[in-house]
Amino acid sequence: MFKDTDRFAYYLMILPGLLLLFAFTFVPLVYSVIAFQKFNPALGIQGSPWVGLDNILYMFSLRDARQVFTNTVFIATMKMAVVLVTAVVFALLLNEVRFLRIRRSIQTMVYLPHFLSWVILAGILRTLLARDGMFNDMLSVFGIGPIYFLGQPNVFPWVIIFSDVWKEFGFEAIVYLAALTGIDPTLYEVAELDGANRFQKMWSISLPGIAPVVVLVGCLSIGNVLNAGFDQIFNLYSPIVYSSGDIIDTYVYRIGLIQGQYSLGTAVGLFKTVVALILIGVSYWAASKFANYRIF
Amino acid sequence: MFTSRSKTDRIIDWLITALLLAAGVSTLFPLVNTLAISLSEKAAVSGGMVGFWPVGFNLNSYSYILNDDKFWRAFGVSVLRVLLGGSLNFVLTVLTAFPLSRSTRAFPGRNFFMWLFVFGMILNVGIVPWYLTISGYKLIDNIWALVLPGAVPIWSVIILMNFFRSIPKELDEAARIDGANPWQLLWSVYLPTSLPALATITLFSIVGHWNSFFDGLILMNNPDNYPLQTYIQQLVIADRPALHGGQAQMLAQLSSNTLNAAKLFVAMIPILLVYPFLQRYFIRGIMLGAVKE
Repeated sequence: MFKDTDRFAYYLMILPGLLLLFAFTFVPLVYSVIAFQKFNPALGIQGSPWVGLDNILYMFSLRDARQVFTNTVFIATMKMAVVLVTAVVFALLLNEVRFLRIRRSIQTMVYLPHFLSWVILAGILRTLLARDGMFNDMLSVFGIGPIYFLGQPNVFPWVIIFSDVWKEFGFEAIVYLAALTGIDPTLYEVAELDGANRFQKMWSISLPGIAPVVVLVGCLSIGNVLNAGFDQIFNLYSPIVYSSGDIIDTYVYRIGLIQGQYSLGTAVGLFKTVVALILIGVSYWAASKFANYRIF
Repeated sequence: MFTSRSKTDRIIDWLITALLLAAGVSTLFPLVNTLAISLSEKAAVSGGMVGFWPVGFNLNSYSYILNDDKFWRAFGVSVLRVLLGGSLNFVLTVLTAFPLSRSTRAFPGRNFFMWLFVFGMILNVGIVPWYLTISGYKLIDNIWALVLPGAVPIWSVIILMNFFRSIPKELDEAARIDGANPWQLLWSVYLPTSLPALATITLFSIVGHWNSFFDGLILMNNPDNYPLQTYIQQLVIADRPALHGGQAQMLAQLSSNTLNAAKLFVAMIPILLVYPFLQRYFIRGIMLGAVKE
């Protein structure tokens, strides 16, 4: 049944993918050793002097590196929490809408930003949130502002968090909506006979019905605690808001590629990689333990 | 039996619908506003008078873009990378997912390779070694730098592999009894039965390639090689970093608002064109990837 020629065909099929995986994922891993060197592009990996853990230790001594770490964790965690809550509330409410056509149109409207790039969305936001932009025009009606949304360190992280909600809440709601359609309709009928009102049904049937999916999404988010969204922040931030808006990925980009401190940039990146691998391990472990989830 | 619904119930229905419609409209507003700005008079835009509808309707920005060589060159780079990258992603996803969907008896290395790919997916080595690798291959300023590094989209491989595994074994066995080899099996049994999953992964890669700007920014030194998103990023974002710039700079920015809005909108058009398909397949793809036993 299982012939050797068949096996050979399978190896042949997987070969191109393996080669590319090797060339673009594992070869960079080899380049990561420059985190332990004083790397000089002219000398290459072989010629550059080894410095042991100097770069790593230097990284921990940098004050802005610590700030950047805190910023990353804060922005990433708040994003996940606020997007999750918004998406759950949205899904619960949308589930109450009886007219299918209205439901569909609302879904069509809220999914769209997910598919657009942060370059486009940031371009739009920069106009809307400018000092003389539409947001400030609206606020001025209430006598507030003007607020420098993209230029005030205490406001900037919230602009990042809520613009991410704008882009992603609709899309994240998809999994909750799918879970809601899986709830046994007789549960609602029984509750109605017992005289439960709309919100009692939402609270005691719909919400527990999607709880396993909420737990799953929560578990999987653990792996993203260090991903605060490079594309988004890179296209919205400026030096004025580095103190609250600079994250690991943007920091590594500036240190490593713009300033050319290859070794330091790699060290910070390597630190992130190691922590992220642990976090992803934890998140998959949690997802399989609490939500019976396996990716393959 | 359906009990007649009370009046308060119906009022709540309307309130919820109104609330959600408001949420939908405000989600869409910034995009509609961009289109309206691109079609409006400069004076009306700088006066903050443009909302949902254009004020002083005109097509000046668009006729300007039509003659903008740099814009179209970048547009062409993007189209090329979508075509190259999309087809490469497609072929490699299929070729990688199929052997991985086999049992370990049919394909002994299966588990080892699976772990290798999953490890490759979650391993993110950081931007500096990644850049050094690609420049080591002498791919800087080469279109292949935008397609080869992400040529095997591992998440798509997993989705397709799971889909292949859900196809009834009977089809497989019937084809084998007829003497089909793995290539024939893939071509005439698995591919034709996996069209929804294939549509999903193709859309994943089209959207991904169209939207990415960062690889273009760091791997292309010559701005002529920028894909559209990178070109727009440089134009709309990088070139106007100063929020507290001088008066002259502010005025220059204001007058370019309509033109920038038009460029942003043109860059959205391809996504808008595939949006109906995205809604249908992408969302199903999310469920393919997410909901498992």
